[in-house]
Amino acid sequence: MSQSAPTREVARRVFASEFNDAGYTFTESDDERAPVYALLPTGESSNRVFFVGTLTEKEDVGEDSEYWRGRIVDPTGTFFVYAGQYQPEAASKLRDLEAPAYVAVVGKPRTYETDDGTVRVSVRPESITEVDAATRDRWVAETATRTIERVAAFDDEGNEYARMAREEYDLDPQTYKAAALSALEDLDEGDGDELAGDAAELAGDAADEDLGDVDPTDPAGTPEP
Amino acid sequence: MSELRQEAEAIAEQFSDHLNVDADEVEERLENLVNEYRVPLDEARRSVTNGYLEDAGMERDELGRGGSESVLVDEIDEDEQWVDLRVKLVDLWEPRSDSISQVGLLGDESGTIKFVAFETSDLPELTEGQAYELSNVVTDEYEGSYSVKLNRTTGITEIDEAIEVGDNADTVEGALVDIQSGSGLIKRCPEDDCTRVLQNGRCSEHGQVEGEFDLRIKGVLDDGETVSEVIFDREATEKLTGMGLEEAKDMAMDALDTTVVAEEMADDVLGRYYRVTGPTFGRYVLVDEMENPGEVDVEAALIEARSI
Repeated sequence: MSQSAPTREVARRVFASEFNDAGYTFTESDDERAPVYALLPTGESSNRVFFVGTLTEKEDVGEDSEYWRGRIVDPTGTFFVYAGQYQPEAASKLRDLEAPAYVAVVGKPRTYETDDGTVRVSVRPESITEVDAATRDRWVAETATRTIERVAAFDDEGNEYARMAREEYDLDPQTYKAAALSALEDLDEGDGDELAGDAAELAGDAADEDLGDVDPTDPAGTPEP
Repeated sequence: MSELRQEAEAIAEQFSDHLNVDADEVEERLENLVNEYRVPLDEARRSVTNGYLEDAGMERDELGRGGSESVLVDEIDEDEQWVDLRVKLVDLWEPRSDSISQVGLLGDESGTIKFVAFETSDLPELTEGQAYELSNVVTDEYEGSYSVKLNRTTGITEIDEAIEVGDNADTVEGALVDIQSGSGLIKRCPEDDCTRVLQNGRCSEHGQVEGEFDLRIKGVLDDGETVSEVIFDREATEKLTGMGLEEAKDMAMDALDTTVVAEEMADDVLGRYYRVTGPTFGRYVLVDEMENPGEVDVEAALIEARSI
């Protein structure tokens, strides 16, 4: 709404395959504390992301102190999440979580350049929580829609970030649209027994810990709010 | 904005339907009278207005409500607009500055909005519960929330009408991406009519007090395009987390630390999707109703995605 209001950065919805390609970062002003944005190849700035996926692996890769790396998989690829002493809550979450588990992550994009010059994109988490299959599915559907919307607006006149993406990347936004559609189609096909089974299992696991009296056969597995 | 400028804009606005008058010209005339000839502002306004009346061949009472637009309070979404309102005075607050004569809340069927009247405007006092027609009030914006300022040119007419005040209800949906500080188990000031949340046992108004425990969550819902700040009060927090006040107190007691409560709650709610409805207050939506959107409708999402 108002430009003068101090606004919280929105958490973009982006699949892993696109996120990992977002190696170009920029700031909107010369201020030392100006927020850093990763440029999404579909033409959007991103200072924060929200994603839900399956934690498949976690490892303490720290030398002197704990530094946890988590691999979180979505239908298109893998997010790499790193949490150390400056993200104590996220780090202790990664320490405690048992893979595989559905997790929701809010975090900031970070990039680093390897010795051979490739730019790797990872996530510095603000929070990690264990969630259920219904939350994961909702995120996949939402992220597919948002991605396709960005691709649709890519050639719009005045789409500044699309212009930037064209200059900085040699990537075809249509590939992300195709990936988004296929993620959605898989979700549609998996809507039957297989996913429901997974969900029940996961909801059952979760129920043991903190969901109390949730019916483990309920695929949504979420407590009534 | 200077007082002269404000007057000038009010006058220009009043004539906008009748004459081609711009505020700069009016301001110049006013300035000339006030600064050069030491005419009091009231008299200057009268003189300048009369001049324009003559130009337009109008009588004074034809001016009426001038050119400002009649709006509902919920429609106000721009700074420095001149508007007319039909409102009830819902609440009067204690002014925090000597320059303010009255401050409080006005409401109509669309919702409520804060108003401020200044001592220098010399306006008649408004009464709580009374309905008014207010002409020529100016909108103001601060950090995304809007208020109206009454000014010297504001027309105040009591009206004998029952105005049902709406609650600016808003529905927002998204993933809960953050729980802000001041959430979980909190203490409030026990003084009458003071419910301020204590910081380190202190109330910003009443100093060191023996606080009363309460539960709330200040959260952020994010749908990937916009963020909305929402507040769950005790009842809504209990519904959201399944944790009651007593349980929260026990938990804090065991840990000798109140922050464990917010952490425990965060575990249960962060990263989940919610749809909440409630009145907006400033930049917050106060949660009255909430639902968990549950399973996503993949078919619908697919149809939508293919149509983009």
